Amino acid sequence: MAHDEVSGPHSAASDSSAVETSRGASTGTAVIGSDVVNPGEPPHRKRVTDLDPKKNKHAERTVYTLFYLSIAGSIFAVASYMAFPIEDGDPAALRLNTLFIGVGIALALFGIGLGAVHWGKALMADKEGIDLRHPVAGSAETQARAIEIFDEADRESGFGRRTLIRNSLIGAIIAFPLPGLVLFRGLGPQDQDPVELLSHTMWKKGSRLTLDPSGTPVKAADVTIGSVFHIIPEGLNEREDRLEQKAKAAVLLMRLNPADLNISPGRESWSYDGIVAYSKICTHVGCPVALYEQQTHHLLCPCHQSTFDVVNECEVIFGPAKRPLPQLPIEVDSEGYLVAQSDFHEPVGPSFWERP
Amino acid sequence: MARKSRKANRRHPLATVVLIAIGLVVTGGGYALFSSTTTASADTNTAASQSVIDEGEKLFAANCASCHGLDMQGTADGPSLIGVGAAAVNFQVGTGRMPMAMQGPQAMQKPVQFTDEQTAALAAYVASISPGPAIPDESLLQADGDAANGGELFRVNCAMCHNVAGAGGALTEGKFAPELTGVLATHIYEAMLTGPQNMPVFNDDNLSPEDKRDIITYLKYIENNPSPGGNELGSLGPVAEGLFVWIFGLGAVIGLMVWITAKSN
Repeated sequence: MAHDEVSGPHSAASDSSAVETSRGASTGTAVIGSDVVNPGEPPHRKRVTDLDPKKNKHAERTVYTLFYLSIAGSIFAVASYMAFPIEDGDPAALRLNTLFIGVGIALALFGIGLGAVHWGKALMADKEGIDLRHPVAGSAETQARAIEIFDEADRESGFGRRTLIRNSLIGAIIAFPLPGLVLFRGLGPQDQDPVELLSHTMWKKGSRLTLDPSGTPVKAADVTIGSVFHIIPEGLNEREDRLEQKAKAAVLLMRLNPADLNISPGRESWSYDGIVAYSKICTHVGCPVALYEQQTHHLLCPCHQSTFDVVNECEVIFGPAKRPLPQLPIEVDSEGYLVAQSDFHEPVGPSFWERP
Repeated sequence: MARKSRKANRRHPLATVVLIAIGLVVTGGGYALFSSTTTASADTNTAASQSVIDEGEKLFAANCASCHGLDMQGTADGPSLIGVGAAAVNFQVGTGRMPMAMQGPQAMQKPVQFTDEQTAALAAYVASISPGPAIPDESLLQADGDAANGGELFRVNCAMCHNVAGAGGALTEGKFAPELTGVLATHIYEAMLTGPQNMPVFNDDNLSPEDKRDIITYLKYIENNPSPGGNELGSLGPVAEGLFVWIFGLGAVIGLMVWITAKSN
């Protein structure tokens, strides 16, 4: 094509230097003046497979070897499916099974791909050519005819004239997706007020603090200094909606040296002899805050590193959380078990629109 | 004559009985002898325990007292050891965390500084001053409990710091929860029981000895069984796995693209 005349006089070896000299020094980001001539395409260079019949033969061998390898991969995958069956309860067998079948299938597909690309690059005819693009715009007549068709359609359908029909159609199209949007309401709680649900948890006066996951009630005497207990409310495991309830009611119970606690006025009776209970739900986006350091009394949220200081009523000392963790007021019942005095005094977890 | 010799060669009808009797006597006698030796050695143990405690006291005064105080009362540099028990000593000294090389965010694990006998002597000495959690019984450390129960307890109580596969994780201000693979069952048990450094205490009312055994069973199970999904990439979770795919997966894709579009030479 156009390049044949360019590539003709140049030998393959002098290609790169010819290009370099014709381009001259690099212009960098400068605007190129009109005195710089378009150097055109670099001259065509023949591949070694075109010049050397031995290399050509070698490339041919490589391509069919890759295709044979692909066949071998497919057979290997089938064979390993039979040779390494998945045994019940044996993760090692499962691992071998998936590994070898995967290797076989990967080899099968990869062999085809590599072989095809290598074939195309090294052996198929190597000619350079330019296909010019068609102009994007149509001719003046085509454009005029298109406008005519639109005008005719508007006239004949009365789309521009019969505005009532047109507007009612637009209205119908707008109304059509609404049922789909309304269905999303079904994802939320049905006959209950979501604000109420977010504001209250299962905890109520007298409900015992029990161990997660067994539900064993916890005595105040069991909680030694430095301990952390993961707590769920009594009766949670019997609830149908136990996961929804647990997501709000999970509590972390810790015992500190009572002298270490700084208790604000009004909360003196919320703890028992250094035993404090705080909501486990982070006030940032609701991850379980449970990384308790018993020496520093820091509670760390694993999701975004919000850090709460248990000594100072779980105030935020680091991270994106804005509010301290809500405290669960606790007391000890007549049998020595820890019980809640009431629900949390504020909604637990992250902010929501209607939160007071 | 021939008949007589044949008779002499034949075993006496009671020979088997006699043989069994001799065998029983030898075994029983040997066993009795052996068990009396063990009781004897146990006696020497209790008798020697005072000397072990004295040995521990000397080691304590030489290696621990500068920070923990000569009477274990604690100083500005180290906490009091009153009531920590033999379990805490065995954990801290047995994992090389104590004696500490330097003050820092947390005592680092390093090569163990004392022999098993010296560690035992220190533990005996500390336990002799004030009672505390003892070194757990061998029967709880066999990793033969209920791994499923242990897994659930681990996820509720431990996974938030130590990672769900026990790979460890970061805490605040340079502290971290260590990896749990390759840790002796005794040390895992003692850590739960005593709450070393910033780890909270999980006493027997929180996690019963059987619960602790199940947790050890779970940890040993995931340590000894390969992950069915292939290489764990350190079990560090989705971020590490994502990073691996971004670097190596996309790198391979880019490399292939370069190869496909490059001119054949």
